[in-house]
Amino acid sequence: MRKLLLGVAVIGVIGGAALWVLSAPKVLDATTLAGLSGDIAEGEAIFHASGCGSCHIAPDRDADPLILSGGREFASDFGTFVAPNISPDPEHGIGTWTAEQFINAVMQGVSPDGEHYYPAFPYTSYTRADPQDFAHLYAFMMTLPADATPSQPHDLRFPFNIRRSVGLWKAMFLRDDWVVTGELSAEEERGRYLSEALSHCAECHTPRNALGALDHDRWFLGAPNPSGTGRIPAIAGEEFTWTAFDISAYLETGLTPDFDVVGGSMAPVVRSLQNLEKSELDAIAAYILRAGQ
Amino acid sequence: MKLKTMLGSVALSLAVALPALADENPAIEQRQGQFKLFVHNFGLLGGMAQGRMDYDGDMAQTAADNLFHLTRHDQSRLWPEGTDSMSVDGTRASPAIWDDLDDFVMKFSALQDAVESLQSVAGDGLDEMRAGFGPVGQACQACHEAYRDEAS
Repeated sequence: MRKLLLGVAVIGVIGGAALWVLSAPKVLDATTLAGLSGDIAEGEAIFHASGCGSCHIAPDRDADPLILSGGREFASDFGTFVAPNISPDPEHGIGTWTAEQFINAVMQGVSPDGEHYYPAFPYTSYTRADPQDFAHLYAFMMTLPADATPSQPHDLRFPFNIRRSVGLWKAMFLRDDWVVTGELSAEEERGRYLSEALSHCAECHTPRNALGALDHDRWFLGAPNPSGTGRIPAIAGEEFTWTAFDISAYLETGLTPDFDVVGGSMAPVVRSLQNLEKSELDAIAAYILRAGQ
Repeated sequence: MKLKTMLGSVALSLAVALPALADENPAIEQRQGQFKLFVHNFGLLGGMAQGRMDYDGDMAQTAADNLFHLTRHDQSRLWPEGTDSMSVDGTRASPAIWDDLDDFVMKFSALQDAVESLQSVAGDGLDEMRAGFGPVGQACQACHEAYRDEAS
């Protein structure tokens, strides 16, 4: 009996140690990041493609989309997330971060202090990007206005309030390979990069499993609105009948083929994406139609 | 027991019927009808602006005139308290409208201004109409962003 107990204890310790190792925050290889330098103008396009402002602007109505003071609340099944201040303020924002720290935050979901970020932050998508693009983004974001609003803590339920548990979530769900695979045209590939790595369309338009990971088998099929009433519409499947022209025009102007005008949480997405070259919007449209095949 | 069961089912049917009754506040359907007429005209101009159809100065001017008059329709009886999406089904009007009616009114008057500018150029040529059309869409978007819920 004593032997058995000892055996259980040993297995428990080994299991706990394995979980601890498995849940450790992992950063990018230093050689991946060495020699990257950012270009502000390139970074501006990455900023608009990545939609940072959609979540990180102030909660006030009609807030300035370039002041990333944070404070917006995002309700979920796990509790309420509050977007942090990511303006270049040295105390309350990211003003003292290095480019390497920034890229690890955005692509690996690891803070400069070595803690996990929750996957409400779509590093789950950004992890597929070319790190060079986020070196550009870093250069641009450091030129934005600083704001001294303190970041607010999330309000999460147990066990989700244990940050280390995010490491296990990452081990299960964080993938940097493409979701839509097979034969893609050059335009569809560009659209895939923009959508799956930067613009993170799927984060709202794809349903999630019980642990909050995207269901790749129901890609773009629409999902409950996580932060309010109604649904985020499907952009694939039988009920979605838009053409490439329709999708590109919508991202450029906010007008649906029926001439309804964009609203809700999609309005800031359009306001951001409409700054991209029209060819980039056409590429996203081509990819979305390809993804729905 | 029988009476209790009966009372229970009366209470239940009332609970089911009450939201349905509230749905029937005619203001909801009436204001939705108003927005359909906005789209009826806005969509024609949008079709021309996006090159889905050829520009026709007379048709564009008529649509812009219609929009001008439609957006002057007095709104005071179309937005009664209790007709928001939290109180009743069948509307996407956010409760935030009634939290700050002044801002809602201000955004509506921004629409009126944009439509007035559009009306003054809609018949002057495709590029002129386009230049006037864009700000109307922006005015719609500003209000939809703050005050319209996702569709269900």
